[in-house]
Amino acid sequence: MTPRIELLWWEGCPSTERALAELRAAMADAGVDGDVALREIRTDEQAVAEGFTGSPTILVDGVELMALLGRAPDDDEPAALNCRIYRRRDGRIAPTPDPLDLREALDLTAAARTATP
Amino acid sequence: MSLSIGEAAPAFALPDTAGTPRSPDGEAATVVVFTCNHCPYALAWQDRIADVARDYADRGVLLLAINANDADRYPRDSLEAMQSRVAGEAWPMPYLHDATQEVARAYGAKTTPDVFVLDAGGRLRYRGAPDADYDDPGQRAAWLRDALDAVLAGEAPARAQTNPVGCSIKWKS
Repeated sequence: MTPRIELLWWEGCPSTERALAELRAAMADAGVDGDVALREIRTDEQAVAEGFTGSPTILVDGVELMALLGRAPDDDEPAALNCRIYRRRDGRIAPTPDPLDLREALDLTAAARTATP
Repeated sequence: MSLSIGEAAPAFALPDTAGTPRSPDGEAATVVVFTCNHCPYALAWQDRIADVARDYADRGVLLLAINANDADRYPRDSLEAMQSRVAGEAWPMPYLHDATQEVARAYGAKTTPDVFVLDAGGRLRYRGAPDADYDDPGQRAAWLRDALDAVLAGEAPARAQTNPVGCSIKWKS
């Protein structure tokens, strides 16, 4: 079964295109079929309702990427229209997740699905 | 409306994190950088911009960082958060608070970061990104350095305008 992968984005951040390309590349590497569902967050109210702390936010089967990896997000800003702060594995701040984190999250999801009877 | 290259930049006086008013003051060149506390692009370029402030300080260059974001909606950009950041990091330039957003609007700033280089006469000589790639520290804010080198030599920068890249400034509604 293909995991449901969503990318939540806000137009105030220019990172969506890169995040989407890197997510699709990670999916291809992991052998994940299907595509990414894009969801635009337009208002503060919608951000609060979605728990959206910044663009881009990636959900795999409804679980936020960094939470899936067991890491607290760097950005403790309240839910709002914002650009999200990620860290590369070498510690650099970046507006998109590290591609290795994307791949790891997809692998963890696949392993969990395999383990589930 | 954004400033045009060659146009006189608007005069301003904004308080730094200690409350001291700061202005462009006829230095050989002045760099005005709109930035903030929570934008990943601004944070990724921060060290490179700070290095420019250090490297050009003894060449008559003043670098002024300005935070104009709406702190009511984005508490991480409050004056208190700015003060905390300056206290906890090695800031070689003043960090100014544009609480009314009037300076950002007068400059036509769009993103964090958004870099403006003024000559000794206060005219805009460069506007845009610090360099070509927020993700490559090896770029060392090359576009900004090139512009400063040209202005300090009394020449027009070969690359006078680039596309500012970053988070949109958080305007008050």
